[in-house]
Amino acid sequence: MSELALAAFAAEQNVHPRTQERTARFAAFSARFDGAAYLAALERRGVRWLPRSSRAYPPLLRAVADAPSGLFLRGAGDAELLARPSVAVVGARACSGYGAQVARTLGRDLAGAGVVVVSGLARGVDAEAHRGALEAGGPTVAVLGCGIDRDYPAAHAELARRIAETWLVVSEYALGVEPAPWRFPARNRIVAGLTRATVVVEARERSGALITADFALEEGREVYACPGEITSALSVGTNALLKLGATPLTEAGDLLELFGLRAPAGAEADLTPAARAVLDALDASLSADELVRAVSVDAGTVAAALSELELAGLVGASDGVFRRTGR
Amino acid sequence: MLARAITHALVGLDARRVEVEAHLQGQTPSFTIVGLADRACQEAKERVRSGVRSAECEWPLGRITVNLAPASLRKEGSGFDLPIALAVLGASGQVPRDELERHAAHGELALDGRVRAVAGVFAVAEGARRARLRKIICAATCAPEAALAGVEPVPVWHLAEAVAYLRGELEPEPVAARNGAEPPSWPDLADVRGQERARRALEIAAAGGHNLLLAGPPGTGKTMLARRLPGLLPDLDSEASLEVTRIHSVAGVLRAEHPLVTSPPFRAPHHTASAPAIVGGGRGPRPGEASLAHRGVLLLDELPEFARPALEALRQPLEDGVISVARAEGTALYPARFQLVATMNLCPCGARGDPAVACSCSAQRLAAYANKLSRALLDRFDLLVAVPRPRARELAGERAESSQAVRARVLAAQAALASPPRRSDEANALLTRAVERLPLSGRGRSRVARVAATIAALAGSGVVGPQHVAEALSYRAPKELTSL
Repeated sequence: MSELALAAFAAEQNVHPRTQERTARFAAFSARFDGAAYLAALERRGVRWLPRSSRAYPPLLRAVADAPSGLFLRGAGDAELLARPSVAVVGARACSGYGAQVARTLGRDLAGAGVVVVSGLARGVDAEAHRGALEAGGPTVAVLGCGIDRDYPAAHAELARRIAETWLVVSEYALGVEPAPWRFPARNRIVAGLTRATVVVEARERSGALITADFALEEGREVYACPGEITSALSVGTNALLKLGATPLTEAGDLLELFGLRAPAGAEADLTPAARAVLDALDASLSADELVRAVSVDAGTVAAALSELELAGLVGASDGVFRRTGR
Repeated sequence: MLARAITHALVGLDARRVEVEAHLQGQTPSFTIVGLADRACQEAKERVRSGVRSAECEWPLGRITVNLAPASLRKEGSGFDLPIALAVLGASGQVPRDELERHAAHGELALDGRVRAVAGVFAVAEGARRARLRKIICAATCAPEAALAGVEPVPVWHLAEAVAYLRGELEPEPVAARNGAEPPSWPDLADVRGQERARRALEIAAAGGHNLLLAGPPGTGKTMLARRLPGLLPDLDSEASLEVTRIHSVAGVLRAEHPLVTSPPFRAPHHTASAPAIVGGGRGPRPGEASLAHRGVLLLDELPEFARPALEALRQPLEDGVISVARAEGTALYPARFQLVATMNLCPCGARGDPAVACSCSAQRLAAYANKLSRALLDRFDLLVAVPRPRARELAGERAESSQAVRARVLAAQAALASPPRRSDEANALLTRAVERLPLSGRGRSRVARVAATIAALAGSGVVGPQHVAEALSYRAPKELTSL
């Protein structure tokens, strides 16, 4: 019960739980703390408490040097979900269309193969990874940098709701804790700590995603980085990781090997001749107009073919540019 | 002595009969206007007094009272100058009173007695026709406009001419209603190189009257394309033509030499325009840009730069095709059934969609940009097309198809759409699958179905097939605009 008291006390003092364990004021707070009442309050909000002392506490996270004293859980998923094979997919918030596409495809392929996709519910890469997992109907876990009852950013309230419908939203912060810049690096250590491997999709020079990668390296976990254009500011962080020895990641299969899993063999889609021709021409990211010229058919036919390929999950679009979702 | 002149006041687009009564009595000189006249109308006193003297008529000595009846109706503007002057001259016996009552009159007076045109002559002349008056005395410059309403105009350049006419000393030249307006010369689609997808979307928008949003980095020809839409549309039929002419008359934007509007109007307000400037209102009230674009095209260039209230105010006309401006004295209704075309960048810095430049926008700025457009407004666009920057070799390509060729297809498709095509079973199945797989709302579904019908009509097909639905699906909102 003292772990729950610690989380509640830290929330009240607006500090991180790790700094408070041995203070006299915490001892005083702990003495008068009514754990049962607090647990009842949590239950009314549909939140569960998973203390470090529990057997269900994820073993990988327990192994981390400064593992959280416990996690608050929200959602229909079981705590056992946190112990399943999992991968963190993180990256820039203001990602490019390419980054968004890669994150979504990774999320979809990993979750489709049964690997839990862990990320931070932030804008950009994080959200795309969650969405990809949801699209595949596979498992995903969102780790918050604020109180378990808050949705941050607010624009992702709906995404959080959809994740909680089947899977889990977790946080080490108790009810009502406001998001603050210093809480996000602490959140990233949980993202890295929960998983066997961390994938950085796109990162600027001083991205929060690199903090996640640092935590992963410190704990001896695998770090993967997606290669990007060497001239893009969004690739500076990932390319730096690659230089330091991170494994380049080009498809979800690279990761699945780690768990001894294989991508489910997708049935070859039944495509119309026009869609087949457009897919064959799509060897780089191309605009619809470039496809019109490459395939030599009219714009209407290309538009119909692109819709067909999108519905079949073979092509994604961003900012008017189309690319394959995988090779 | 009492004399009466007849004119009309505008409430919205509606002309209400107003009787201008002038009464002359006693010896003490004074001049009063009563009957809820606004400031411009009160100032008529000075113009009328000076105008009457300039027309070499006598300003009657004594107490002159002018009453604008009905007194409950607010009279606005300077169009009452001419009837007031004629009523005063009638009361002092300088023009025959019975002759005066057989005419409507409308016009502003200059200090030297010249008669100036006032906005809304067409609507006022229509009121005169309904009031069974055969002739309207108005400024010569706007006489062709009055003639369109089916009333014989008496064109006058000067108050003295009006006086001479009423005395039977002068017969003004008859004015023919000039219907044949010169077709406006729209820019040609042949000038647009590349951009096959956006051109295709423009053609579909023209054929089905769909609202179109073009999003892409600056300099890719979004505005250039949008400006070529009116050139793809058919001319207005005679009923629509009169409707549009009435609105443009009240707003005072008709061209004197070609008053009848026969081709679809095109309006492109600047993004600093206020909500009343766009939907109408203000003192008067006056029709806004949305009403001026009635039966035509409203282009909002740089959509997110418009003030949020101005954009939200457009939701009512986009739904009902009419704008009601409520005032204490009543509600003015302005028709506003227009086709909306808008352009925007994909991000605040404008670099998204441009392979040559990296976007420097932060996540917060991107989110704020997307939030500027409410989902409700985005939902009103049937076609949303991202226009990425073309590569140089596309720009060097040959001249593309001309507006004339595209317009021929559009006209054929519009004729075919008179009886909407049926959807095949495969098309319905694809639509259902799309609703399951894509973020597509119920409204989104019916929008895709409508666009698919237009695509089928353009293809000359009597049945909407799956390929038509698939193409329609590709013009739905890109996810960058709906979620970031």
